Amino acid sequence: MRETTPKAAMMKLRTRDGADWQRAIVSRRLACLGPVAFCASAGLARLATPLRAGEIGDAKLAEIADGVFVHRGQIALQSPGNHADISNAGFVVGTDAVAVIDTGGSYRTGAALRAAIAKHTKTPIRYVINTHMHPDHVLGNAAFKPDEPRFIAHHKMKRALSARSARYLEAAENALGAEVFEGTEVVLPDAGVEDVDTIDLGGRTLRLAAQPTAHTDNDLVITDQKTGTAFVGDLIFSEHVPALDGSIVGWMKVLENLGQTAPARIVPGHGPAALSWAAGSEPLQRYLGAVTEDVRAIIKRGGTISEAIETAAVSEASRWDLFDEFHKRNVTAAFAELEWE
Amino acid sequence: MRKSVHEFGELEIMAGKNWTLVLGAVCAALLLAWQAPQAHADADAELWAGIRSDVFGENRQIGEGEGKLVLDAPYRAEDAAIVPITMTIPAAVAPNVKKLTLIVEKNPAPVVAAFTFGDAAGIGERKISTRVRIDMYSNVRAVIELADGSLYMQTKYVKAAGGCSAPALKDMDAALANIGKMKLKAFANDSESTSSPTAEAQIMVRHPNYSGMQMNQVTGLYIPAKFVEHMEVRKGDRLVFDMEGGISLSENPNIQFTYAVGVEGPLSVSARDTDGKIFTTSADVKGS
Repeated sequence: MRETTPKAAMMKLRTRDGADWQRAIVSRRLACLGPVAFCASAGLARLATPLRAGEIGDAKLAEIADGVFVHRGQIALQSPGNHADISNAGFVVGTDAVAVIDTGGSYRTGAALRAAIAKHTKTPIRYVINTHMHPDHVLGNAAFKPDEPRFIAHHKMKRALSARSARYLEAAENALGAEVFEGTEVVLPDAGVEDVDTIDLGGRTLRLAAQPTAHTDNDLVITDQKTGTAFVGDLIFSEHVPALDGSIVGWMKVLENLGQTAPARIVPGHGPAALSWAAGSEPLQRYLGAVTEDVRAIIKRGGTISEAIETAAVSEASRWDLFDEFHKRNVTAAFAELEWE
Repeated sequence: MRKSVHEFGELEIMAGKNWTLVLGAVCAALLLAWQAPQAHADADAELWAGIRSDVFGENRQIGEGEGKLVLDAPYRAEDAAIVPITMTIPAAVAPNVKKLTLIVEKNPAPVVAAFTFGDAAGIGERKISTRVRIDMYSNVRAVIELADGSLYMQTKYVKAAGGCSAPALKDMDAALANIGKMKLKAFANDSESTSSPTAEAQIMVRHPNYSGMQMNQVTGLYIPAKFVEHMEVRKGDRLVFDMEGGISLSENPNIQFTYAVGVEGPLSVSARDTDGKIFTTSADVKGS
């Protein structure tokens, strides 16, 4: 008879035999197959003119200011049908260099953006800048490796992305399927912005400003000084419900700061290709304010996370897309942060 | 603002594969899904049988916990690294309960925590709320042991995945700077039912509770497990509970609990992590 105390069971990782782990893996895969199969058939329905295997189309672009282009990603979760083309990406064209800002959530999405850039300009792509570490903004980086650009991000982005790489890749492969996922890898930045840096593209300068912890702990704002256009990444969500992965209090502070010098126009991480500062920031500030206020009240009277999840800021539900997919998680994160106040 | 739209082509890149291939894949998936449940159930039963004899010893009966305890867990967890769990033992049963064990069956280290109660746990309804990591879809089980050695269990199935390897710390620098910070809160009973024999409090400890499954962002190596392994809560010099904890407890361990009112002295907490570091705090609370 084996005698193992509960403590021993806690201290040592429970060893499972190989078969057990295999079963565990199989059951995980199975859990994923359902939605994939469903999406694959949904994808078929809209596949009017199938492309040849390996062919990559090019991305739709809007020129929102002189020499500033944005590809608007879908407001959706990643799926085989959308290739994780679910966040906004863009580029700025100078006389000497092109800077790409965010690359979508898969190699394919990055490659489509690259193909579109190549049709538009022969100026070489010398910079790929990521607004933060989330996979839907960075997993297309690999498509730009042939250009040998400098990959630039907030100085804290590299460690944040390294810590999450394995999970991001696994989740993307599961959601996209092996074929759509093909070529996708993590390309870490090789230069980090500590405070403020500038990049000269020839005839125009980009200003890169590292932000304190807000949407994540590595948000970077990229402003084209010639046109006053700021790529704010996920510091601004529009239409798509915000997702909190940093600090809710920090986020509200950063929004307040950015509002002091409101840029002429902004490119949000999700939503329209371009917005005024007010149109982008006001709904977001209302949402974050409602979550903060409700969660603080629940904490104050000794309520639990479970209670907060069901009740906090539910008035916002009808105002955002993908509310059910992200809101409860935001409340959980806000609760775990605010209870330390 | 200029807003010319350049249509360079459709970003419609559904892979160029032929239909039969896709249909084949769909059929295979359906077939697998059809066969899966039975194999699944057997494996799950085997897994639980192993954990059960490891934790409670072989050949011990575990009775149905209906009416003896309530386990609240979300069916679908929003954040697998912070899954809120509440266990409530009704007043009729509470005075006889000496131990409460919380288990996430499929976690690499399934026992989340074991709470052993002292007499300052009180005689009213007893409640423990905490947050756990869940590595893959799993049964969550709460087992109480009564003074006579009998065991009763409640089980909930929770859909959540990836909680054990989730990178700790949204704001890495802030969290590391605050290790060991504690917060002890007592909740004033708004209803002021002075007759209630127990009151609620909450202990929070800033600690990454490294699971040993998280990657060090700089070195690319796994961070060794380091977690709060023991915690003792007292009212005056009398024990409310002591807890043996493991890596399945979320980072920044957080326990909301009930304690007996009318016991002299402050509420005090002492926690120890696997490095042997001791963290203590205390507070004068109502109901002394």
